[in-house]
Amino acid sequence: MENAGTAQPLITARDRGLVGCPNCGRVHSAPVPAVCVRCSEPLRDIAHDRSLQRVWAWLAAGLIAYIPANIYPMLRTESLGRSSESTILEGVVELIQHESYFVALVVFTASIAIPISKFFAIIYLALSVQRKVRQGVHNRYRLYEVVEFIGRWSMVDVFVVAILAALVQLDFAATVNPGIAAISFALSVAFTMLSAQSFNPKLIWESGELSQP
Amino acid sequence: MQDFTLNPSDRSASGTDPEDMIACPTCDALYRLPDVAKGSRARCRRCHTTLTAPRDGAMTQIVMLAGTSFILMLAGVFFPFLELTAAGRTQRSSILDVALAYSDGPFVGLAIAVGALIVIVPLLRLLALIYVLAPMAFGWRPARDAIAVFRFSERIKPWSMAEIFIVSVAISLIKVAGLAHLSLGPAFWAFVVLVFVTALKDTFMCRLTIWKTLEQRSH
Repeated sequence: MENAGTAQPLITARDRGLVGCPNCGRVHSAPVPAVCVRCSEPLRDIAHDRSLQRVWAWLAAGLIAYIPANIYPMLRTESLGRSSESTILEGVVELIQHESYFVALVVFTASIAIPISKFFAIIYLALSVQRKVRQGVHNRYRLYEVVEFIGRWSMVDVFVVAILAALVQLDFAATVNPGIAAISFALSVAFTMLSAQSFNPKLIWESGELSQP
Repeated sequence: MQDFTLNPSDRSASGTDPEDMIACPTCDALYRLPDVAKGSRARCRRCHTTLTAPRDGAMTQIVMLAGTSFILMLAGVFFPFLELTAAGRTQRSSILDVALAYSDGPFVGLAIAVGALIVIVPLLRLLALIYVLAPMAFGWRPARDAIAVFRFSERIKPWSMAEIFIVSVAISLIKVAGLAHLSLGPAFWAFVVLVFVTALKDTFMCRLTIWKTLEQRSH
């Protein structure tokens, strides 16, 4: 795209020996201060970028927390002396059995499809940057944007559990309590969000730069 | 609104003052910053990130919208958002009740986290924005530590989850539909309006203009 038609070639601040603030875009010439003169964001040259370490660390934490989130019950329901527990997946199956297909789809997407594809997306992005893959820079950046945007929506299931538990109180025939998985799932979502936020998108563009002669 | 992409700064302009340039925060592409007309939006040519979108009177509008959101949030916290009727009894639940439902046991942390994501973080963001932008809307000097406060409000933005809460309420409604009769309370609608007002506020907000104004007025 950047080579289309009569457009001038793009120059990055780095090409010019300048450092652009990753927060507000303020350009700094040498000697580069430690923090942006405008917004106080720490300035680092991309060659010394260590953000991938944080990406991997948060991602590992998110993956570990995701395991108990699927094994242990998300919701414990007691109704007329009977108690039942359901994990995330069982919750989706129950919804299908009650023919609430749309809600089942929403819960499945938010609690299973999005978290798992997010893990793979972050792994792919981090690996592609580490291996200095040059192709598909625009598509990879788009993937990064989607991951950043969509990750928060996984919290839906945690909120639903919290709302149900508060709503269906002791006074009624049924009680609903959150299971231990609610905590680990919330942690998993938070850790993966932190992982995505740690990712420096300039790294994607930087790897693409190399492909230009 | 007119959208346009910026042209890269040409190589001959190597003597250009860094203050007249902008490096795209997401892809580092360098541009000479033109005077962007009010009401138009300048995007990065490579990654299409909005670089600047100045508007007339935007600061005042943002402050007023943030004030509106604040009042809506108070309504959203204290009014019931769901009313549940079963066996002739009615129970109304406000967000405060949700938080207090786990006042003991291992789920205190969960309750605090949920309360923070739905109410505390959005409220903090609103207060931070009013604190930073109100003096600027009046043309005054920035408030103390305005830079740090604005950075903080940008940092917590992804953790502000009021819109996700609305979807969650709707799903809960359907999940319990077989168990009891449920209806939406006033707080739910307060939240719906809140989400729209917040989205409107965020489209009015040009971060570059705010940072530049803060920089100019600090001196």
